[in-house]
Amino acid sequence: MNFSLTKEQELFQQMIKDFAENEVKPLAAEVDDLERFPIETVEKMAKIGIMGIPIPKQYGGAGGSNVMYSMAVEELSAVCATTGVIVSAHTSLCAAPILEHGTEAQKQKYLPKLASGEWIGAFGLTEPNAGTDAAGQQTTAVEDGDNYIINGSKIFITNAEFAHVYVILAMTDKSQGTRGITAFIIEKGTPGFSIGKKEKKMGIRGSATCELVFENCIVPKENMLGKLSKGFGIAMKTLDGGRIGIAAQALGIAQGAINETVKYVKERKQFGRPISAFQNTQFQLADMNTKTEASRMLVRKAAYKKDAKLPYSVDAAMAKLYAAETAMEVTNKAVQLHGGYGYTREYPVERMMRDAKITEIYEGTSEVQRMVISANMLK
Amino acid sequence: MKIVVCIKQVPDTTEIKIDPITGTLIRDGVPSIMNPDDKSGLEMALQLKDEKGAHVTVITMGPPQADLILREAYAMGVDRAIHLTDRKFAGADTLATSHALAGALRKIDFDLLITGRQAIDGDTAQVGPQIAEHLDLPQVSYLEDLKFDGDKTFTMKRHIEDGYQMLEVEAPCVVTVLSSANTPRYMNVGGIVDAYQKEVEVWGFNEIEVDEKDLGLKGSPTSVHKAFARGLKPAGELYEVGTDEAVGIIIKKLKEKFILN
Repeated sequence: MNFSLTKEQELFQQMIKDFAENEVKPLAAEVDDLERFPIETVEKMAKIGIMGIPIPKQYGGAGGSNVMYSMAVEELSAVCATTGVIVSAHTSLCAAPILEHGTEAQKQKYLPKLASGEWIGAFGLTEPNAGTDAAGQQTTAVEDGDNYIINGSKIFITNAEFAHVYVILAMTDKSQGTRGITAFIIEKGTPGFSIGKKEKKMGIRGSATCELVFENCIVPKENMLGKLSKGFGIAMKTLDGGRIGIAAQALGIAQGAINETVKYVKERKQFGRPISAFQNTQFQLADMNTKTEASRMLVRKAAYKKDAKLPYSVDAAMAKLYAAETAMEVTNKAVQLHGGYGYTREYPVERMMRDAKITEIYEGTSEVQRMVISANMLK
Repeated sequence: MKIVVCIKQVPDTTEIKIDPITGTLIRDGVPSIMNPDDKSGLEMALQLKDEKGAHVTVITMGPPQADLILREAYAMGVDRAIHLTDRKFAGADTLATSHALAGALRKIDFDLLITGRQAIDGDTAQVGPQIAEHLDLPQVSYLEDLKFDGDKTFTMKRHIEDGYQMLEVEAPCVVTVLSSANTPRYMNVGGIVDAYQKEVEVWGFNEIEVDEKDLGLKGSPTSVHKAFARGLKPAGELYEVGTDEAVGIIIKKLKEKFILN
């Protein structure tokens, strides 16, 4: 049993904290305010290997661990949750399924460009009528010679507008329900594929969340990811990994709100004393920090188990459930401790509170996480 | 081209707080970092490597924990790292430190030796120039910029008080670099993953070429007489008067302090 970071992880943490503080934090308010995708940050992250942390070196990645990757998403999200989810969706939802389920040719074709950050990745499962009920997919893929013809649409797709590669799910056999779903890799510019409406969101406003539209989109057969009809399993495994990323994002948001609040309560004076001198403030901070540290342990454990090739699906679900609800609670308290100022955009905690909410919803709602956790208990 | 960069691990002085009672530095929990001037020197070397191709070696003298900045240097892209550590080096002032480093540098072939201008913990700016003297090499201090012609001539921009000098110097030579010369790169993630797989060569007295009497406490002609926190100046006197009267008061005060006769 060992709770210490390795020397390598400590060195990584030093770098990613510096990077987040100097390169990401200064843009966070503007990215939120203007709903602007921080492409220049992605370019900077690409240059130093942040877009390919857990991708093996043979495919152009950094060859790092999922623990390192979760630390990166945490530190980025502590200053800008938009930047955190860009990295998370790119890595966990696009590069990871290609790494885990792709053919050697697919890996050689896509991973070096994704890992280097030359290309950005996205993932399309959700549809207007198929959210938690993923089996309700209406997007279809019909075999046609050497191709599949895809029709339908996907919604709420992170990175959509700026991505070059998309892993998407479509029904190849409607009669089979979840056993009739197949995964495909789709490149930007594929005939019949376009980006639809951009969502106006409550939080993570810079992450370019859009609709994907497929109108007789022609995809070559070699772009099928995994085997025919095995798409649902691929999607579920992909989301297991993605949950580590989103749990890390939630953890980062909570930690970021704590950092801001500790600074504020020492400066803000009421009744002749800094508000940090009041026991209510102290008790709130203690609760915020304890829950955030507990989230961190769950996130690191899930990431460690993925690295150790142990089953981690339940761990990822618990990490995401707990970290997301903690992020919501901690940011809410952070705003409360900031008082009226906390409700304004002069201070970052209101943004953090808006950003926190999505972590209870995407890549499996908190209710879905509870289903995953309890199903494992009752099987 | 072969480049050697001298780096030092220092406490991050921006994080240091003063104990309000004893007036001494609180070093507990203060992170150790690569000295900023040295890091800019390292960046200068890595830029030369990127542009013209070069083999970059870093060397540090310090206790075992200084290994961290050598790993950081590996993660930034250096090719070789040497850690100079031996009980015989302990208690060294700048002169003894420069003797030890020069002793190690006699064992390394290089065209350019880069050091930072000065370390933020001591602020002496002596070690770089002293090394150059021991090795009998030309030196240029306070560098803002450096270009290499690809053969053996460096063009350097040297910061001076009221402007800058442009100089041409032939290899081999020694330069000291200002932190304002550039913005050091971040460690690369893949580089971090590899940093602890690479070898840091640990050199002691037996690996270097130096006279033992020049090392450590014995080789240090300077010693710290006293360290103290600078006291606060008392509040000044405020006069709300016209210009003529103010001039009179200032002259009177300067005479009282014997600054004017």
